[in-house]
Amino acid sequence: MSQFAINLLFVGASFALYIGIAIWARAGSTKDFYVAGGGVHPITNGMATAADWMSAASFISMAGLLASGGYANSTFLMGWTGGYVILAMLLAPYLRKFGKFTVPDFIGDRFYSNTARLVAVICLVVASITYVIGQMTGAGVAFSRFLEVSNTWGIWIAAFIVFLYAVFGGMKGITYTQVAQYIVLIIAYTIPAVFISLELTGNPIPGLGLFSTHTESGVPLLAKLDDVINALGFRDYTADVDNKLNMVLFTLSLMVGTAGLPHVIIRFFTVPKVADARWSAGWALVFIALLYLTAPAVGSMARLNLMTTVYPEMAGQVENYDEAASNPILYEERPEWVRTWEETGLITYTDKNDDGRIQVYNDGNEAFADTAEQRGWAGSELVVNNDILVLANPEIANLPSWVIGLIAAGGIAAALSTAAGLLLAISSAISHDLIKTMINPRISEKGEMLAARISMAGAILLATYLGLNPPGFAAQTVALAFGIAGASLFPVLMMGIFSKRVNNKGAVAGMLTGLGTTLLYIFTYLGWLFIPGTNMLANTPDNWIFGISPLSFGAVGAIFNFAVAFAVSSVTEEPPQEIQDLVESVRYPKGAGVATGH
Amino acid sequence: MADDKANAAAYWKANVRLITGCLIVWALVSYGCAILLRPLLAGIPVGGTDLGFWFAQQGSILTFIGIIFFYAWKMNRLDKQFGLGE
Repeated sequence: MSQFAINLLFVGASFALYIGIAIWARAGSTKDFYVAGGGVHPITNGMATAADWMSAASFISMAGLLASGGYANSTFLMGWTGGYVILAMLLAPYLRKFGKFTVPDFIGDRFYSNTARLVAVICLVVASITYVIGQMTGAGVAFSRFLEVSNTWGIWIAAFIVFLYAVFGGMKGITYTQVAQYIVLIIAYTIPAVFISLELTGNPIPGLGLFSTHTESGVPLLAKLDDVINALGFRDYTADVDNKLNMVLFTLSLMVGTAGLPHVIIRFFTVPKVADARWSAGWALVFIALLYLTAPAVGSMARLNLMTTVYPEMAGQVENYDEAASNPILYEERPEWVRTWEETGLITYTDKNDDGRIQVYNDGNEAFADTAEQRGWAGSELVVNNDILVLANPEIANLPSWVIGLIAAGGIAAALSTAAGLLLAISSAISHDLIKTMINPRISEKGEMLAARISMAGAILLATYLGLNPPGFAAQTVALAFGIAGASLFPVLMMGIFSKRVNNKGAVAGMLTGLGTTLLYIFTYLGWLFIPGTNMLANTPDNWIFGISPLSFGAVGAIFNFAVAFAVSSVTEEPPQEIQDLVESVRYPKGAGVATGH
Repeated sequence: MADDKANAAAYWKANVRLITGCLIVWALVSYGCAILLRPLLAGIPVGGTDLGFWFAQQGSILTFIGIIFFYAWKMNRLDKQFGLGE
């Protein structure tokens, strides 16, 4: 059987499973559509949250970024897990007690203002659509490779499937399909990682293998990797970063973003009790950690494998790296996986020095330019898109073809599950918070469902269109979404619970400040609405204010949000007594009913 | 009624104290050991690199899990102790 047929078989079988579950659990009422009837066990919910959470960014893109950035990109690992700590302690249990099922519901009620509700809807939609752009980018990579079509077609096919899937499922379908998706994606991610870790270090647990000895050379794996990439002019994989401020802010942005993202928060409305919301966050993190503890191993080992594929003499014990570097493989003899990925346009080769061999090195490193010239190199010849690394990983390591099919199914599951969860959050914000609560309270259930589906379709079209020219790799685009959510929604949610003094005016001013400053900063460097060429400053560290990258700005936006909300509230009147009582009541689990929306 | 109020206030205070403690550990492993204090931990070797690197890519995540379960367990006890559980 050809690889193409095997991929199709795995992807097809996993789809049949999800669709089967979606039909079996088809949403009946609007309440089922949003919160799965409020009766999901914490472990089940944790697993579904993990699937919801781990998107194309985590599955497909993150290890690639770790591979290229090394230690500096640990921010993704810490940021996307540490957010759960804040979520579990500062938001989840209280929002569960509050008992409505959308984020704008809480903000609108707590800040007794439809303006606050509207601003929350806007923040939610902007953050979620940015997030979906990242998913489309990632899903596009996966589909283009496995269906052997161009990247653009890959994105459109992904859009179509996500749409069908989210529109017919609703939350209940999604909760159980997401459990299935979690299982598919975690198996798909860990199996190749275990094989590769065994191959390179003899340790079956990738997270331990990362710190073990590289069998072939007898030196620690990370030291080996540092040596190899050093010989090619790259920074050490483990090198410390100079700009610690940016690293701290970036990590913080991802953390508060995690706690501010509506599709994750919504998950905690679906557990039966407040205590379960706390456990649920813990279980979610356990399931997420299985992937996150493996990702750095996947990234570093894939990078080592990639380099030793190009420079076979670097694999074993190397006396002289200069000599080993002089003998890269011939382009004609390139492995099969390079050929197949070339077809997608995500790997490109140009023989700059006409020697018929493949040279890969850091041609942006001026200190290395002399060495490169001596070796007769005229520029790095192979451009490998970061986002393909995880998907190509089993092929690079020569694993059997069923593993490749499995990873195809896993990558697609990751992108689908998150995109569907986000679309659900967008559609419920529009149909429920905007239309039913604010515009037409008498809308029928049928009308509300219809509005939900139309807004899903609109959101996905927009995100797909923007995904064709994404503002970065999947994980970077997603990081922007986190910045936006963290700067706009997280601070008001937290203040709504922990402060009785913050009032409607403070919340609205805070959210607008957080959203406004963050978007302004991002668009200045990445272009208005991410349209290429419309940026006002080049996106380089020299131009960033205090060296803060657009990806890290969410944390600063959040600080502005807090400051403005407190300042405005302190000069305006106290919230009315019934609101203070409401705050009081969300603080205690006693008397929590099931989540309601009517 | 006054007792209820005092009880509720004490519960909330205990919760905030617990959260503060947990957040200190949370910040210490991630922003501390993994980022800002990494140069200080550079002398402690871990498999070809240093302890700060291990915290950044493994240790902080493991600690986060520990924190959440500890908080959940402790809070569920507080709920019972103050009679404010469900």
